[in-house]
Amino acid sequence: MHDSDAPPVVSTGLRYASPVLLFLLLGFLAPLVTVVAYAFASPKSFEVFTSFTLANFSAVLDSSNTVWTSFVWSLGLAAACTIILALIAYPIAYGLNHAFGRFSSLVSVLFVFPLFISENVRLYGWVQFFIKNGVVDGLLNALGLGPGPEVLYTPGITLFGMVYVYLPFMLFPMTLGLSMVPRDLIDAAADLGAGRFMVWREVELPLAMPGILIGMLLTFVLAVGAVAEAKILGGQSVITVVHDIEIAFTYAQDWPLGAALAVLLVLIIGGLTLAVLSRLDLDRVLGRR
Amino acid sequence: MRTQAKIRSEFFIRSWAAFVLIAIYLPIVCSALAGLSKSRYFLFPVRQFSLDWWQRTLASLEVQTLVQNSITVALLVTLISVLLAFFGALAFARYEWKGRKLYQKLLLLPIFFPQAVLGLALLLWMNALGITPSWRTAVVAHLVWIVPVVTLVIAIQVYSYDATLEEAAIDLGAGRLFIFKEITLPLLWPGIWSGALFAFLLSWGNFPLSLYTAGADSTVPKWLYSKMVAGYTPMVPALGTMSTLSAASLLLLGGAVIAVIRRRRQK
Repeated sequence: MHDSDAPPVVSTGLRYASPVLLFLLLGFLAPLVTVVAYAFASPKSFEVFTSFTLANFSAVLDSSNTVWTSFVWSLGLAAACTIILALIAYPIAYGLNHAFGRFSSLVSVLFVFPLFISENVRLYGWVQFFIKNGVVDGLLNALGLGPGPEVLYTPGITLFGMVYVYLPFMLFPMTLGLSMVPRDLIDAAADLGAGRFMVWREVELPLAMPGILIGMLLTFVLAVGAVAEAKILGGQSVITVVHDIEIAFTYAQDWPLGAALAVLLVLIIGGLTLAVLSRLDLDRVLGRR
Repeated sequence: MRTQAKIRSEFFIRSWAAFVLIAIYLPIVCSALAGLSKSRYFLFPVRQFSLDWWQRTLASLEVQTLVQNSITVALLVTLISVLLAFFGALAFARYEWKGRKLYQKLLLLPIFFPQAVLGLALLLWMNALGITPSWRTAVVAHLVWIVPVVTLVIAIQVYSYDATLEEAAIDLGAGRLFIFKEITLPLLWPGIWSGALFAFLLSWGNFPLSLYTAGADSTVPKWLYSKMVAGYTPMVPALGTMSTLSAASLLLLGGAVIAVIRRRRQK
């Protein structure tokens, strides 16, 4: 402990942050370093820290290997998911700020709650909705309208599952972003004769942008790492990157290959995250006065 | 004209939100139906409702172990994460210090990271350290993701915290411990409770981290997944529904506690 009259060597902030920092060093950074170390180990071996080779990366990038297709699928699905969710969530985020009045905290809770139910349970509910003799098929049969559409186990339903699971991650940062737009400013712009579209483009959108960007980043980054959606709803019609990583770690017993894939994925995710976060002032987004 | 356009757009926004909410809860309702029907395989419309599968789930020793594991993990995660995050949040939002902006961004990284990859990375790390994965390692894995979330939740409360109260107390000669007990803690209670609630519920419902880091031990979401992949029985939707209902009751209870604390503080 420091005396109050001597200037402390370590600032109070750093002292309070140190348990969290130490924990993340051991629980987040160290595992990532291990993955990187494995990525440079001899293929199909467990000789971590003792061998060094680039063979795993050349195996991933080898075009005769089909591993890269999973990257294309994951990135494509994540991009589509992000765009669709931005369109779905924007009106709701706007409503949470302006249209729901005293119901807005109830509505937020209803949108948060699914986060506390594991995604496999929620996705499996959709399987029971779409499966043969399930809700759609059973209902159509009972009404004599023939069998229901076969949507399960396709890439399309995988995307649907991702949109479903990641909605809260888009919605809440976006709501936070829109709450940063002062109402007076919009009224002022409207009074000065700006049309609704112009107010939106020139005032609302730019001011809400930090929150919208965080939402899009979070959605994209999590969606690139999606795997449960492709397995449960998609029936493996699409193999995502993380599924490939998992296969390398389990059935294939090729940890170095899995680690190399993970390193490439982390580079994409980390690069994007750092690029966006470095431009944002988190104090403002989270509501410091 | 203007107000009419406004009414129309508000109508659109409300209907859209209602539609999306229905879509969100639709699969959860489907699951509940499947757990309440008598037949071994889900058939819609449900021919005969029964509580058989609920009873079998409640009587199953295997399920009792799972629930015990899940509760133990979630309680430990709640306790440790709130402790770490309380100080982490003060450093995040209360104090001005040199590395603060960097710290804020570092803290977010585990949230902006796919959990399945995080789970696999932790598995490699534990293997390198020679630790056998079990429910204890799952606690650590949950913490890596949940500590940053809880820190953010508490930090939002810290932002609205009036630091001049603390300074006034110092001027009046109050000691550090006294200030902490009488000023800092009471003002931050709502945030701490919200953080604890988030920690427990997020750990309770977590699937990807438990899948890779719990080793031979199983939690409720992990067991449900293994049965979805192979060996479906209506116990899967029954247990899923029970898990959802418990989370909902806890959320209601916790929300009520937080509302009471807020109201008492405003008096």
